[in-house]
Amino acid sequence: MQNIMKAENFPTKPASPGVQIKERRAADTTKIFEKEASRHTVGDFTVPDPRLTTRHVNVFYGDKQAIFDVNLDIAKTEVIALIGPSGCGKSTYLRCLNRMNDTIEICRVEGEIKLDEVDIYHDDIDPVVLRARVGMVFQKPNPFPKSIFDNVAYGPRIHGLTSSKSELEEIVEKALKRAGLWNEVKDRLDQPGTGLSGGQQQRLCIARAIAVNPEVLLMDEPCSALDPIATATIEQLIDELSRRYSIVIVTHSMQQAARVSHRTAYFHLGKLIEVGKTSQIFTNPRHPLTEDYITGRFG
Amino acid sequence: MNNEITTAELIAGTVKKRRAREKRLKLYGIAAVVAGVILVVILMASIVSLGYKAFWQSFIALDINFDPEVIAPGGIRDPDTLRQADYGLLVKRALKELFPDIRNRRQKRALYRLVSVGAPDVLRKMVMKDPDLIGTVKTVWLPAHSDVDMFMKGYINPDEPESQRRLKDFQLAWIQRLIHENRLEKRFNSLFFLSGDSREPELAGILGALMGSIYTIIITLLLSFPLAVAAAIYLEEFAPKKNFWVDLIEVNINNLAAIPSIVFGLLGLAVFLGFFGLPRSTPLVGGLVLALRTMPIIIIASRSALKAVPPWIRQAALGIGASKMQMITDHVLPLALPGMLTGTIIGLAQALGETAPLLMIGMVAFVVDIPKSFLDPATVLPVQIYLWADSAERGFVEKSAAAIIVLLLFMLIMNALAIVLRKRFERRW
Repeated sequence: MQNIMKAENFPTKPASPGVQIKERRAADTTKIFEKEASRHTVGDFTVPDPRLTTRHVNVFYGDKQAIFDVNLDIAKTEVIALIGPSGCGKSTYLRCLNRMNDTIEICRVEGEIKLDEVDIYHDDIDPVVLRARVGMVFQKPNPFPKSIFDNVAYGPRIHGLTSSKSELEEIVEKALKRAGLWNEVKDRLDQPGTGLSGGQQQRLCIARAIAVNPEVLLMDEPCSALDPIATATIEQLIDELSRRYSIVIVTHSMQQAARVSHRTAYFHLGKLIEVGKTSQIFTNPRHPLTEDYITGRFG
Repeated sequence: MNNEITTAELIAGTVKKRRAREKRLKLYGIAAVVAGVILVVILMASIVSLGYKAFWQSFIALDINFDPEVIAPGGIRDPDTLRQADYGLLVKRALKELFPDIRNRRQKRALYRLVSVGAPDVLRKMVMKDPDLIGTVKTVWLPAHSDVDMFMKGYINPDEPESQRRLKDFQLAWIQRLIHENRLEKRFNSLFFLSGDSREPELAGILGALMGSIYTIIITLLLSFPLAVAAAIYLEEFAPKKNFWVDLIEVNINNLAAIPSIVFGLLGLAVFLGFFGLPRSTPLVGGLVLALRTMPIIIIASRSALKAVPPWIRQAALGIGASKMQMITDHVLPLALPGMLTGTIIGLAQALGETAPLLMIGMVAFVVDIPKSFLDPATVLPVQIYLWADSAERGFVEKSAAAIIVLLLFMLIMNALAIVLRKRFERRW
């Protein structure tokens, strides 16, 4: 299997000018590997002692299949970046991990997704409990139109994590401190969360998600609406959080993936093409589609 | 090169046309707004100019001698005796005292008719409230007869031939004398706000209809708001999309909102009165019928308010592990509530102005007593207006205008309340 993927098996014309080669190669490899990739992922998708394991995941929107047979493990403390061109299914895959796809009526998920060895799509599993264990941060900062305190306190409150007000205050403070927002908002916890800047709002959303002490944090392009300075703050935060949580981050920025993640998974047209150590993916991609994408030939 | 210039010129040529069109459209808009404002002003002016006069009414001051022999013969002062005493006699005596030289029986009757037939009732109430009045002489302002009131308000022209007037020359002379003695003047008409309907224009009041309207609206609100909001939440949040039955219900709700209201009256007559045997003419049945009328309007408004809640609020709530119910009650409802309240107020304002369906369930009855519960026979403001506007007496014309003012004020208060509520619930997101 592996040797098919090697570069020498692809027809190249050394004599042709560089640009032409690239164009031709992109076209050829796309044709060849669209079929091939539906069955095989390049690289080792397993990890020892995984937090999440996903096997043969297929996702359908009505009759249209969005995810094809994805196998991927996620370790207990790591950041894994999902990259790929728009519409490649990385967000859809992410939303399978906390069953947010349940809210879409026509969406159907097949395959096996296990969190700590337990199938999360089993009938006994309540998505409410699951989502407390698998937190999510969205693309657009979406604080509730309530006070900063209430935003963070909402999760602990509905899940009944605290018995007293002082305990709740403690949790809120801890979450805000971990999200690196405490110093900026400690004097105005009663003010609306929507009054913060974009970067602060996103950190508030992260604080809200980690206030219920999840095991996995899903991030769906968390920095795409932020300026570079706010992005840098969030990335630093992700780095710190990764010591505690499994973080799955969907991003369009390859620099970001390279900066924050330990492993990277490349999706293409609903298929997981390649997965590996981030350093390997970005310096020595094995699959031509991955290479084309990270070198900016398409996407 | 040449081509580019022509393009620019072409564009310049159309700009003038476009500007002109824009200007024209703006003018049409302004004209429409101005026309609307003028019509509203005319409407309000005509109602207010007619109606405000009803708030002042002619009263005649009479020195009433609360004769114990008439009120409580033999010194018995129990409520029954006090209630049944001949207070009319006291009024007649006081009038006779003022005009002692009138002997002619016909003229005497005309004299008594200067004062409203409701005058004895006023005295009765005074005595019942304070029995110590018995035995004293007191100047009491009693409502004048509607004809006198009409003359005082300038509706009866003394220059017309006597035969065409409701007041004869000798009556006018008495009136002039009363005015001269400061015994006849227009005073604030508290009776209008404190009494129910009456056959006599000078005694007719709005309170009965107002209370009827309030009771009816309370029933309507209590029934339609929770039911409609619950229905809207179910249809918007829980009902399966693209389901035949859901679509059918949706189409029917939209149609219900457009059905002529009298149809709801027929339904009320058949179901609530006929089948369930509820008491007719009561605010309970009126409220039920109007709740049916209002519900589709609130459902439609509530659904669009729910639709307008941004989807990421829902995602944020679900993403943190809120159940669907928690998502709705904690986040979606608070944001949708202002819109729901707006719809409710529009619906209730419409219900408040509804006449036709209430005619069908007997709320058009002549009700003198002020309703004290949801099960007392009652009428409502718009029906009262309709009844008064239909009356022959001149005095009822200004009464109906005054009732319209009261109705509009009622609506204004309701709307203000809704705006206050909405502002309280409104949140930025």
